Amino acid sequence: MTAVDGLTPPSGTPGAATLLDVRDVTTSFRTERGVATAVDGVSLTLERGRTLGIVGESGSGKSVLSRSIMGLLPAGAQRSGQVFFEGKEITGLDDSQYRELWGDEMAMIFQDPMTALNPVMKIGNQITESLRFHLDMSKSDAKDTAVALLKAVKIPSAEKRFSSYPHEMSGGMRQRVVIAVALACGPKLLFADEPTTALDVTVQAQILDLLAEQQRERYMAMILVTHDLGVVAGRADEIAVMYAGRIVEQAPTATLFRDLRMPYTEALLSAIPKLDDPSHTRLAAIGGRPPDLVNPPKGCSFSPRCPYVQPRCRDEAPPLVATEHDPQHRFACFYPIGSPETEEIRVELAAKRLMATAPRPPEAPAASPPPYVAPGEPSTDSPDPTGGH
Amino acid sequence: MQPSRDTSVTHLDPSSLPTIEAIEAPPSRSPRKKGLGVGAWLSIIWVGGLALLAILAPVLPIPDPNESFPEIARQGPGNGHLLGGDAIGRDLLSRIIYGTRSSFIVGFGAVAFGLVLGGILGLITGFFRGKVDSVVTPLMNVLLAIPQFVLALSLVTVLATGEGVGSTRRLAVVVLGLGIVSIPLLGRITRANTLAWSEREFVLAARAMGAKNWRIMLREVLPNVVPAMLSIALLGVGIAIVAEGGLSLFGVGVQLPTPSWGNIIAEGRDQMRRAPHIVIFTSIVLFLTVMALNYLGDVVSRKFGVRESVL
Repeated sequence: MTAVDGLTPPSGTPGAATLLDVRDVTTSFRTERGVATAVDGVSLTLERGRTLGIVGESGSGKSVLSRSIMGLLPAGAQRSGQVFFEGKEITGLDDSQYRELWGDEMAMIFQDPMTALNPVMKIGNQITESLRFHLDMSKSDAKDTAVALLKAVKIPSAEKRFSSYPHEMSGGMRQRVVIAVALACGPKLLFADEPTTALDVTVQAQILDLLAEQQRERYMAMILVTHDLGVVAGRADEIAVMYAGRIVEQAPTATLFRDLRMPYTEALLSAIPKLDDPSHTRLAAIGGRPPDLVNPPKGCSFSPRCPYVQPRCRDEAPPLVATEHDPQHRFACFYPIGSPETEEIRVELAAKRLMATAPRPPEAPAASPPPYVAPGEPSTDSPDPTGGH
Repeated sequence: MQPSRDTSVTHLDPSSLPTIEAIEAPPSRSPRKKGLGVGAWLSIIWVGGLALLAILAPVLPIPDPNESFPEIARQGPGNGHLLGGDAIGRDLLSRIIYGTRSSFIVGFGAVAFGLVLGGILGLITGFFRGKVDSVVTPLMNVLLAIPQFVLALSLVTVLATGEGVGSTRRLAVVVLGLGIVSIPLLGRITRANTLAWSEREFVLAARAMGAKNWRIMLREVLPNVVPAMLSIALLGVGIAIVAEGGLSLFGVGVQLPTPSWGNIIAEGRDQMRRAPHIVIFTSIVLFLTVMALNYLGDVVSRKFGVRESVL
């Protein structure tokens, strides 16, 4: 099935058939303090050749979700719900049946290229391992395929690099190798678990472009897990925003950015610094912390941090419902962005913010004078947002 | 005063952007320091040279270790005998060289035995944890709680003393006794390192590519654990050689007349006053060997320790 050029012949048309169907998956871990529910009743579908972006902050369950789908959970985890892959249920498989899928049908790219490669194995051999195991390739065929894969992920002088060790390569190069390893057997579904988080900003775009290119060429479906809405904005067909183990808003990418409903999505979006903001604009942070998964708050899990919270939010958990215009756009909020209650609060908040940043009246004595920076003297304590990185 | 906005950040000139090659050019030299250093080479030469002498002993121009020359009994160096003679006139150099055979067999043999069994146990318990771990590891801890030397002493005493016990059997039992003692030590080190390396993401990555457990254990985890095992094993060889000397003092080391460094020293201690050179020369050889092995163990752990932190 895999030719020596390291490419799987494309089969089917994108969006033709449902490749992955996840129904009501819940994953929990037993901890010392009790049962922590990391993924709570998530359902989603993904078609061949499409990209689903899963966005959420740390601890929202996005990585656990992808591992639950793949069946790669640690021993102590409890999973319920159903996962269908190519129409077959894969939830009940045992380890050896899963092994047939892993690498061959679905593969995963890990967050940190520094630890995702074996430090004492030549990178070439890390690619050929699975080729020889899954596709029964001969040693020389596997090597040719591995070199082709290294070329496909744009590693210069791939033949020479085949026998390099990971420590001889930079982070970006290693992530390319990790991608090559994952692509080796031509998986139909690729999980990219924060593939650019550990990388330099300059390399991030290259890696994402590479992933998109490989996905196009191979008609893979991809689940792109990230905490950065900017990463998925241009690259995912659909985005699911996760919070505290649940999908709180899900929509086709363009719809989501045009018509977002969930206050959490709005908060995530406004937390991204914008280049056209004036200098010294404070970064918008989401106050508070992600909820405790052992004792989640009653009602909506975002309610303790939501600026637009209403009494009802604290008592009742909102269901995931479709918007009136688009059945594909679903959100879980009683008072979504755009509803009169929320808009009222938004106006209040904007007014408050304006008061806070307004210039002080001149006659008021300054309680603490702002640090004086002599002209021409380099300021050390106030970071210059434009000069950083 | 507001710092002015640096426009070069927002208005990038494409020609000034570094190319992929420039960003991702591999470091021209490996970050690791090449070479081992003088001390390590001296240690290797010393240990290797001794091993070579021991192997080549029958063809070397030295007298038989059991041949007695009455004229050099208790005499220091001289008379064509480089290190002099022992209490009954046997050539000390020859005995030390032949003694190297027994001492190295005991040292390396015992540690190899412990390394294989302890390594397998440590690897399995560290990798699979669960039930295997909860049975094997407490057993190892119990074994560790018994004073090591007393354990070895009793093992050898029970298994290889009395009438009709040949020196080959005695040697085998000494290797076995010290080997059994080293199992829990080496097993623990292996287990601890296996635990740490099994948590690494590349192990999960290998699993996600469909690799079988034993394959992950042998191909992914073991090569990473080997440096730690090797480093502690080199220390262990020195300890085992010294421990054999201790057993000899109790009369249950390598059996006379087969020489070992331990029993040369044990025999020569009666002559400390009249012929101190017997104990002194043998002890110097023993000391230098143990030091060389310890140093090599350090070099191994330092060398691989640096690489771990780089990654």
